[in-house]
Amino acid sequence: MLDAVIALTILAAFFGLILGLASVIFKVESNPVVDQIDNLLPQTQCTQCTYAGCRPYAEAIAKGEAPINLCPPGGEATIQALADLLDVEVLEAKEDKSQEVTVAVIDEQNCIGCTLCIQACPVDAILGTSKMMHTVIAAECTGCDLCLPPCPVDCIDMVPVQTTPSNWKWQEPQNDINLPAYAALKQINVVEERV
Amino acid sequence: MSDYLLILVSTILVNNFVLVKFLGLCPFMGSSRKLEVAMGMSLATTFVLTLASAASYIINTYILIPLEVEFLRTIAFILVIAAVVNFTEMVVHKTSPMLYQVLGMFLPLITTNCAVLGVALLNVQTGYNLFESMIFGFGAAVGFSMVLVLFAALRERINVSDVPVIFKGTPIALITAGIMSIAFLGFTGLDKGL
Repeated sequence: MLDAVIALTILAAFFGLILGLASVIFKVESNPVVDQIDNLLPQTQCTQCTYAGCRPYAEAIAKGEAPINLCPPGGEATIQALADLLDVEVLEAKEDKSQEVTVAVIDEQNCIGCTLCIQACPVDAILGTSKMMHTVIAAECTGCDLCLPPCPVDCIDMVPVQTTPSNWKWQEPQNDINLPAYAALKQINVVEERV
Repeated sequence: MSDYLLILVSTILVNNFVLVKFLGLCPFMGSSRKLEVAMGMSLATTFVLTLASAASYIINTYILIPLEVEFLRTIAFILVIAAVVNFTEMVVHKTSPMLYQVLGMFLPLITTNCAVLGVALLNVQTGYNLFESMIFGFGAAVGFSMVLVLFAALRERINVSDVPVIFKGTPIALITAGIMSIAFLGFTGLDKGL
């Protein structure tokens, strides 16, 4: 009985000692900036920043690959703290714009006819010519915001598209357990993506 | 030499740890969703099982038997294997970041799951020597890896095929595992001929 207790105690103490020493000897030095950033993040590991977790996001920030405003759980406080730590400007929290469809509208009173927005438009949705008033073909506009920065007089606004019977879309169901047809459709899409 | 070959073939095919002996089922179901994960898991398991066989043999022969405390086997093996694997993880993390990226996240997961402990205990039961134990551990791991990778590939294909709604997910995975087990039972008796 005593043998067993002593043997196991010595064994455990021995391995404990080795592991303790190993953790000191084989300590991997990580980037201290990453550690500091990681400490400021909420550690919810929600992956809403599109990274695999808080630590990968911290690494991306440290490398300068990611902006500091991608963390919804952290909110304004985290952005503020990160901005203080990294000495960069406070950015606005990134809103989820994907839900809202917008279209560009030119305030024709203020347009000076400089054609800069026409050059910027990737889908040729802006009509007009030099020294003449421009206008946007609403049906062609994809709402990409690319015409906003070049405009010297800031006369372009992004206006949400009203939902009308002609552009209303069926909401995709969130839960597909009871909808075999929909599940099959999704599988077909997966197969097509692979092909 | 043929003894070692026999041990190897017998553990890989005939007495496959997952499909015939029901050991290591949780990583088998848990980490077989994606082929890449399954491969990482296989590599880590091969590594741990071989190491664990050697470590547990040494502890059993040089500490437990001389002190006549063989009844401590289970707890002593858990302790030793966990410590050795943790130690190796630290060394790998320091010396080879590449290897750590492949194995790192899996190593702590498999320190003493039932396959690892099963190999250690079966080694003692069968009375293998050090080298035979390591061959046995390695063979068990290769068998596990083979089945895991095959199963992961099957599951990836099942994911994109038209499975009836009631079988979706775990049920079809378990049924697939069962059919694989039937297939592996076909190897029974193979080792007698060698």
